[in-house]
Amino acid sequence: MREKVPEVFIFISAPVVVLVFLVILGYIFANGARVISLEFLLSTPRMAGMEGGIFPMIVGSVYVVAVCMVFAVPLGIGAAIYLAEYAPENAITDTIRFFVDCLAGIPSIVIGLFGLTFLVHFLNLGYSILAAGIALAFMILPWTVRVSEEAIKAVPRSYREASLALGATKWTTVHKVVLKSAMPGIITGVLLGLGRAIGETAVLLLTLGSAASAFIPTSPFDSAGTLPVFLYVLATQGNTANAYARACGTALVLLAIFLVVNILAIYVRNKHMKYEGW
Amino acid sequence: MKTGDKIETRDLNVHYGSFHAIKSVSLKIPENKVTALIGPSGCGKTTFLRCINRMIELTDNARVSGEVLLDGMNVYDKDVDVIALRRRIGMVFQQPNPFPMSIYENIAYGPKIHGVRDKNNLDVIVRESLERAALWDEVKGKLHENALRLSGGQQQRLCIARALAVEPEVILFDEPCASLDPISTAKIEALIRELSRDYTIVIVTHNMHQAARISDYTAFFMLGELIECGSTPQIFEKPKDKRTEAYITGRFG
Repeated sequence: MREKVPEVFIFISAPVVVLVFLVILGYIFANGARVISLEFLLSTPRMAGMEGGIFPMIVGSVYVVAVCMVFAVPLGIGAAIYLAEYAPENAITDTIRFFVDCLAGIPSIVIGLFGLTFLVHFLNLGYSILAAGIALAFMILPWTVRVSEEAIKAVPRSYREASLALGATKWTTVHKVVLKSAMPGIITGVLLGLGRAIGETAVLLLTLGSAASAFIPTSPFDSAGTLPVFLYVLATQGNTANAYARACGTALVLLAIFLVVNILAIYVRNKHMKYEGW
Repeated sequence: MKTGDKIETRDLNVHYGSFHAIKSVSLKIPENKVTALIGPSGCGKTTFLRCINRMIELTDNARVSGEVLLDGMNVYDKDVDVIALRRRIGMVFQQPNPFPMSIYENIAYGPKIHGVRDKNNLDVIVRESLERAALWDEVKGKLHENALRLSGGQQQRLCIARALAVEPEVILFDEPCASLDPISTAKIEALIRELSRDYTIVIVTHNMHQAARISDYTAFFMLGELIECGSTPQIFEKPKDKRTEAYITGRFG
């Protein structure tokens, strides 16, 4: 009898977790699906977002995330290669890893604040896609570094030995054999980071402003509206049924993009497993 | 042994930290012959092998002293280019370790990193290397398939072909049949015999029968020391040292 209670609880837990997910998704879908239309997706907003569409926000989100990736991917993979292949196993390397992990734990609003004071004001980048992209890159960098490092470390030592025994240099071995083998894992890590970046709101509020932009950004020095910030503005300032519905519609688009990125990540990983003959 | 020694070690010592793994080994390895290194587990035969192409340097706490002469040149001299050295001394490992690439890319990897760019040239090298490793007929229709789909024995012959593609003079084999079935083992052994016409071969083996079947010379190691070396028939039929005799008659192993 005493075992029954915890067991029942354990057996209920998993379905409850699934239920939570389905309730959120169902609620957003029920409230937001009716505003989704071609016009909603492809036109600019009017009346502070209460009419028209969210096209500039889609462009803004994609643009910011692209800039973020330009900074986060090379830097993250570079650091990962250093940690996995070149760094001696000593206290300094452990310290670097500790700081990378700490960076992962910094609340995004704090990174946003740094972006606002350092990038927007001190470096005078203004509320811009560039400032927002760099700040977002800081946020996802730890994930890119650690997932890439694990992927590189998972490459069997025997591949490295085979390459070195053929007279390859360390660098040739790293980039022709190790990185090539680790690439699917690295891509998975990058896509997961991208998934986090696309939904991030706090950092963008402080580095990109909160306008419901009717304007499609072109230069990286432009300010821009993004899906999460637009959603936030509608939900906090609209205060009408219509505004909530449009916020839910925006959320649906955001979730759809998120879903596509995750499916892509899973696809790349599965392909990798097949390739390795697992 | 006579003149025509390709490799000679002089007073070679290896320490792993405080563990003395190779104790003052001086051994001559004749050119275009198969020399087998035998001995019980942990006797240092693999460590010795890895000294020859300086792969030992990948082991963090290994310290090497003494000389390894390749055609009279000490491979541990400061001005020796380890890349050029490893190009001259190929290596085949205990576990087949093809890269997770196509069969073609596996073979072309070595020549490419040493500067061969021409596609026709690479095609010829790939074909010749596979032919010399007795694998061509089995893979000629699927050169662009993933090498990891080959059987273990085929993968090991692919690794031999990959080593041949950079035109080495010496090939080091570290228990190349340890993970293979008897039929694959027989193929590799026949191949090693064949290759000894053109290459100097050093093979570490755990299997005494294999050493007796394929080698011309045998060196017996125990606890890091070279106990005895000589022609394979002499070592197996008239060993001079009691420990050699005890080992080859299977009294310990």
